[in-house]
Amino acid sequence: MSAAVEFQGVSRHYGSVRAVDAVDLEIRDGEFFSMLGPSGSGKTTCLRLVAGFDLPTSGRILLHGVEASRLPPYERDVNTVFQDYALFPHMSVLENVSYGLMVKGVDRATRRREAEAALDMVALGGFGDRRPGQLSGGQRQRVALARALVNRPRVLLLDEPLGALDLKLREQMQVELKSLQRRLGITFVYVTHDQGEALSMSDRVAVFHQGRVEQVDTPRELYARPRTVFVAGFVGTANVLEGELARRLSGTDRPFSVRPEHVRFAPPAGADHAAIDGRLVDVQFHGAASRYEVEVEGGQLLHLSLPSLDGAERGLPRVGDAVRIGWPRGAMIALEPSA
Amino acid sequence: MAPPAPVTAAAAGPSRARPSRALSTFLYRRGTLTLLLLLAPPLLWFGVVYVGSLLALLAESFHTFDDFTMAVTPDLTLANYRALLEPANADVVLRTLGMATSVTLASAVLAFPVAYYMARYATGWKKGFFYIAVMLPMWASYIVKVYAWTVILSKGGVLYWLLGKLGLTGALEWALSLPVVGGTSLSTSSLGRFLVFTYVWLPFMILPIQAAIERVPENLLQASADLGARPGQTFRRVLLPLALPGVVAGSIFTFSLTLGDFIIPQLVGPSGLFIGTMVYTLQGSIGNVPMAAAFTVVPVAIIALYLAAARRLGAFDAL
Repeated sequence: MSAAVEFQGVSRHYGSVRAVDAVDLEIRDGEFFSMLGPSGSGKTTCLRLVAGFDLPTSGRILLHGVEASRLPPYERDVNTVFQDYALFPHMSVLENVSYGLMVKGVDRATRRREAEAALDMVALGGFGDRRPGQLSGGQRQRVALARALVNRPRVLLLDEPLGALDLKLREQMQVELKSLQRRLGITFVYVTHDQGEALSMSDRVAVFHQGRVEQVDTPRELYARPRTVFVAGFVGTANVLEGELARRLSGTDRPFSVRPEHVRFAPPAGADHAAIDGRLVDVQFHGAASRYEVEVEGGQLLHLSLPSLDGAERGLPRVGDAVRIGWPRGAMIALEPSA
Repeated sequence: MAPPAPVTAAAAGPSRARPSRALSTFLYRRGTLTLLLLLAPPLLWFGVVYVGSLLALLAESFHTFDDFTMAVTPDLTLANYRALLEPANADVVLRTLGMATSVTLASAVLAFPVAYYMARYATGWKKGFFYIAVMLPMWASYIVKVYAWTVILSKGGVLYWLLGKLGLTGALEWALSLPVVGGTSLSTSSLGRFLVFTYVWLPFMILPIQAAIERVPENLLQASADLGARPGQTFRRVLLPLALPGVVAGSIFTFSLTLGDFIIPQLVGPSGLFIGTMVYTLQGSIGNVPMAAAFTVVPVAIIALYLAAARRLGAFDAL
């Protein structure tokens, strides 16, 4: 089975800026694939290259095994859900949704039926006569989704589609998007800077950094075994240790990371634990867990995460106390340096 | 560390409480009053000078002109409007309307690509260059430009020479032999008049369209292509409808400016009056101000009808 989307050494340079730099990717048919990275990391440019809004400077993009690098957007079997929805303000919701069918010459009765079915699918049945301006942000988001899906694309591209929604709605839409994708079996390529979103929804995630892909893996692998310093720091929270400190604690020259939930106060002595002295400088309450910041030699801050159960804070150090912290050696993940 | 001195703030506060500050506070708290104060002068000017004179014009068009005494009396009559329907006068209206429509259509077709380029592609100095290039002709005297055109269009003028060099003299002769648009030479034909009108009013079409296209988000055009629309479909279904308010605004300029102009019809093109020249003649040499007023109401009525039609066609839905 050929990949739904394949990047072969794709670069997109703007003058001296390497927005996308020699990216190789294989997005499998039917998977929920996320492109994760901070702004300016190249993930949105990659999406625009797949959609055809931008052309690669070099390299090839294949859609279902067919070279598509130079095809215009209207000749690619992909559809996009835009970050700010890009609904046509002069058309009704129904006209927006049936637009793709109309330009392909589908007859009026069929496109009406299909568009209404698509609106039902996103729970917006009966909204067809409204104008986009009369809808809330969440509803516009759904219209944008219906407008793309009505064309039955084999690949759906989503460019930070939930970025403009408030937290509650965003979480609800994440669940709905995921179940929609499972039901339709369409390949979703999802661009986001929100690592929580990427981890919770995706089958696989590509982490972008400065125009390059640092790692492609399942969410669990990505979290448990980040390959580079950047991935460790960007996906979840991590204590990344480098240089002299890392060498002393791990015995090797490579940087490593430890997740805050593996770090404990007053670790048991012994060879299977690494330990270091420091001073507790801050405690933050985050609901289910509390976060402790410990300043160790060299001024670096290390984080601990402890469940905030009732009375759990008894016996724990207070801000300003000298503490000794440590973690099992098995929790240390060796990393490659990032650019 | 000493606490930041609130002393200075306290000292500065009362010392600055001058009358101007009290006035600022007063005006800030009473937004409606401030708005009224700001709007009163322009509203008065607008109400008295613009609307007032229009109403006076409308009233005048119902007054009576006595053909024998050449005097105007304020007796109300519909005779002026009845006279508009006489073949000679209706001819003037239709001739003007035909020219205004052609000029508007030609301007829109010429302006759109320029406006599109200015709005979507030109950046930095290119944009500035286009703005100046579009507006520069408006800085020169309109009369001078029209006189210049009479020379350009005359037999032996630069346009005849250029068409001759291009081997298009035959095509020109053919165009001038056509009824209605033709004439003995370019400078005495309706075709020539059309060229001058289109030249003079084109900037008034380009700028509003450019502003309208600039307001169309790029991603709407991308969304259209993404949904499978070829460039022609995107233009017809998305760009044009969204830019239509600009086209309508521009066409109101070109349309009404042509309808009311009385200089170009005198200097370029065949004899045969336009609404503007008719008004000029009626109120100047004859003194029939009521009939002149009735003629002037025609463009106002046409524009009103045009706007109503444009609205009905959804030209302002995107606003």
